[in-house]
Amino acid sequence: MFRESARALCKRKRKRNEFKSGSVDMASVDKGKATKEQKYDRQLRLWGDHGQDALENAHVCLINASATGTEILKNLVLPGIGAFTIVDENKVRGEDVGNNFFLTKSSIGRNRAQAATELLQELNSDVSGNFVEESPDQLLDNDPDFFHRFSLVIAVHLPESTLLRLAAFVWGAGVPLLVCRTYGLIGYMRLVVKEHTVVESHPDNALEDLRLDHPFPELKKHIQSYDLENMEKRDHSHTPWIIVMAKYLEKWRSEHNKQMPKSYKEKEAFRELIRQGIRKNENGVPEDEENFDEAIKNVNTALNPTKISSGVEELLQDENSKNIKAQTSSFWLLVRALKEFVEKEGQGSLPVRGTIPDMIADSDKFIKLQNVYREKAKEDATAVSNHISALLQSVGRLPESVSEQEIRLFCKSSAFLRVVRCRSLAEEYSTETINKDEISSCMDNPDSEMVLYLMLRAVDKFYQQHGRYPGVYNYQVEEDIGKLKSCVNSFLQENGLAVNVKHDYIHEFCRYGAVEPHPVASFVGGSAAQEAIKIITHQFVPFNNTFIYNAMAQTSATFQL
Amino acid sequence: MADVEEPEKKRRRVEELSEKMAVDSGCRDTGDWEGRWNHVKKFLERAGPFTHPDFEPSTESLQFLLDTCKVLVIGAGGLGCELLKNLALSGFRQIHVIDMDTIDVSNLNRQFLFRPKDVGRPKADVAAEFVNNRIPGCNVVPHFKKIQDFDESFYRQFHIIVCGLDSIIARRWINGMLMSLLSYEDGVLDPSSIIPLLDGGTEGFKGNARVILPGMTACIDCTLELYPPQINFPMCTIASMPRLPEHCIEYVRILQWPKENPFGEGVVLDGDDPEHIQWVFQKSLERAAEFKITGVTYRLTQGVVKRIIPAVASTNAVIAATCATEVFKIASSAYIPLNNYLVFNDVDGLYTYTFEAERKENCSACSQVPQKLQFSSSAKLQEVLDYLTENASLQMKTPAITATVDGKNKTLYLQTVASIEERTRPNLSRTLKELGLAEGQELAVADVTTPQTVLFKLNFTS
Repeated sequence: MFRESARALCKRKRKRNEFKSGSVDMASVDKGKATKEQKYDRQLRLWGDHGQDALENAHVCLINASATGTEILKNLVLPGIGAFTIVDENKVRGEDVGNNFFLTKSSIGRNRAQAATELLQELNSDVSGNFVEESPDQLLDNDPDFFHRFSLVIAVHLPESTLLRLAAFVWGAGVPLLVCRTYGLIGYMRLVVKEHTVVESHPDNALEDLRLDHPFPELKKHIQSYDLENMEKRDHSHTPWIIVMAKYLEKWRSEHNKQMPKSYKEKEAFRELIRQGIRKNENGVPEDEENFDEAIKNVNTALNPTKISSGVEELLQDENSKNIKAQTSSFWLLVRALKEFVEKEGQGSLPVRGTIPDMIADSDKFIKLQNVYREKAKEDATAVSNHISALLQSVGRLPESVSEQEIRLFCKSSAFLRVVRCRSLAEEYSTETINKDEISSCMDNPDSEMVLYLMLRAVDKFYQQHGRYPGVYNYQVEEDIGKLKSCVNSFLQENGLAVNVKHDYIHEFCRYGAVEPHPVASFVGGSAAQEAIKIITHQFVPFNNTFIYNAMAQTSATFQL
Repeated sequence: MADVEEPEKKRRRVEELSEKMAVDSGCRDTGDWEGRWNHVKKFLERAGPFTHPDFEPSTESLQFLLDTCKVLVIGAGGLGCELLKNLALSGFRQIHVIDMDTIDVSNLNRQFLFRPKDVGRPKADVAAEFVNNRIPGCNVVPHFKKIQDFDESFYRQFHIIVCGLDSIIARRWINGMLMSLLSYEDGVLDPSSIIPLLDGGTEGFKGNARVILPGMTACIDCTLELYPPQINFPMCTIASMPRLPEHCIEYVRILQWPKENPFGEGVVLDGDDPEHIQWVFQKSLERAAEFKITGVTYRLTQGVVKRIIPAVASTNAVIAATCATEVFKIASSAYIPLNNYLVFNDVDGLYTYTFEAERKENCSACSQVPQKLQFSSSAKLQEVLDYLTENASLQMKTPAITATVDGKNKTLYLQTVASIEERTRPNLSRTLKELGLAEGQELAVADVTTPQTVLFKLNFTS
């Protein structure tokens, strides 16, 4: 699906008469030299230059420049998103200015999209800001293709009917949608994306890929080149713990029918075996050999069997990797190539990752060992590359269409591949496919964040019925509690949910009067922006698919609805 | 659908008209306009089922926030900018902000109150200017100073203090300062002497926010173990056995620079000077080549030399928002505050975890329990010094130890003044007995991690 780059879109003149739109003229050139490299340094260390490129080529659409919306955009403009377009037909009111950093007193009465665009644009001259003074309903009526050009659509505070209409359009077009709202002290996000693939998930605590249970031939040969018993003391103390462990593992396996130490007792005995290997001085006292200490410490994790995780295994067996076509994405082509590698050269294992942790060792021994892993990783990547070339050829595509760099990165990350698939909003909202199980089981605890989701659905029902939200004016509060309760009950009944919603929550949601306190909007702003960046850069893993933030209790939860 | 929308449209039109009239007819001195505080007032003027037991709905609470409540924001960086915005848009107007730094280009990706033209100017000043300009009526007072430049009389004036600091030492200092403001009558803590301290911290995609009620809940020092000491590479690795590109860079920074003085005698390596970093980068490449190590880049060099922590706008927004919500809760008694620690991580989905950090019974900052030192009388003073710096609960940086010996105040060791360090250095190799210290002796220890001296009781084990 072709999506225009941000720059191309901005250059295009919009010759529309039906609605007013525009871009904001960039202010005069900023004084002071601030190179992008310097300015974005702190974030480049998180997502790299390629992540930044993806960000700078993205064009995001925000519907409704309420505080939540502008806070989200602020956190996308600051890191340098390519372009944004705000869709908002509303005029700025006094209360809008009160909670929104990107509206001022002089904005009152002006179109909210335009006013907000000006002050957001001012944050970063690298970014191109646009606005459209139309309601999303009007756009969906007159120009539904409008939304298809964006990398991501962020919908803030849309009534249910409009939201479902929008969601249906962008779902069909394959454009990711992020629904956000702030309702009193509750924050809400819903990610709607059919399929989102992640190569670089950057897991927090990844286990090393050392292959000690099945050393590949080059590693075996390298281990054999060491003669621990007859080494000089200095060499002995500066041998990498990986080698030390491998040597003692050989010993253990030869005495235990080729089995690895598995049980707690066996691992204890194995540690003792290594400990016995520590050189002793003339008085029989063990010397200080930190590398042996490291080996002993790592027994727990380094002996884990080399195994493909269930998550990755599922991907290898996925339909998308089985049925390769001409338009199959690079991701699935690579998964298929990976699968073929695993079945052939890998002999059941993924490509060697090629990295080892730092450890006490002299430079020479460490570098040599590191290179053994690196060379093997290169070799495996080449094998994967050959599979890719054959696959590309088989569907009539050029071998260069998947770069060497992409292949290498994919191989290095192969243990951490992730695919996120969200249910559509239609599925969530239909009484036939609503996720009853998830809702009911969460509501076993009546104070679970799930009750807040149910309340949000109920206030939307209230809006549908009464044309307003509950409790906006003081005089409405008491009566609206009863009306909202009816909405809650009919919602539960329509959806066959036998759960109890405590009266306190109904009261609280009337108390909120649908306000949008800035700090809560800002929390959602930060959270949503980061999820947007994940979608755009394909790095780190987005949530799936509903996130609720409770500012009263300072808790949060993620549900798959 | 059109029928349902009509009443709503009508209502808004009526509202719009009345707002217009309010604007045209001139506003009050505060520069307020109709509806300005609608998003805030609901929480102050309406009763609710989850409010704090002390909460009473009132139309006067807003005035308290606007005119009276004094909040101190420490730090005008990533968290500070967000905090100032959040507080100003929540009705707080009497805000002070302290920051000792000036603006750098690398701040601009998240510290949104600053622009390229502001580079070089004090953060506190620019931040205050921006907020006061954008939010009419807001009165942010900037202080381009260190927190240590102020004493109790300054801090005492605030109702609440929020920190967006990037240093554990600074956190411990302000923590200690607030402890020193506590007053006890007959062993009972006077609640009016408590100034709530809200603390936020971020690093990449991780962050935390906590509420500290000095004298009542866990303080910074109670949970020092949550901040493990920064790991530096061992010298032998750097000097003779480098394996990683980082080792090569540290070699140049720690050993080669002082030896070669590439920019002149006594010119210290300045991580913010691109020429300095370029030199370190080149030399690191040479060192790496010697040992066949790959991976030295300019970016890595700068990162290692400056101990750079990656940072983005989004994490700061989340943590500052959490803190600001707590400020509002505490100032308004609207809800029970966070009790008392929240951690946040959005690497994989979004994850928060809230728990109650517990007070440490013998916390050196807040427990009032006399701190003990147990050593043999033949132990050297150096051992005591090592204990003060290495013990996980104390983690002092450059402690100065004094004692009363023979009725006179004697400085046993002090390292922050070169001449005194030289004079007292021999004491380090003397035994506690030789130094004239007795069983049950009180030692007073001063350190950057606390504004107050910490008293230790010396017990001899042998």
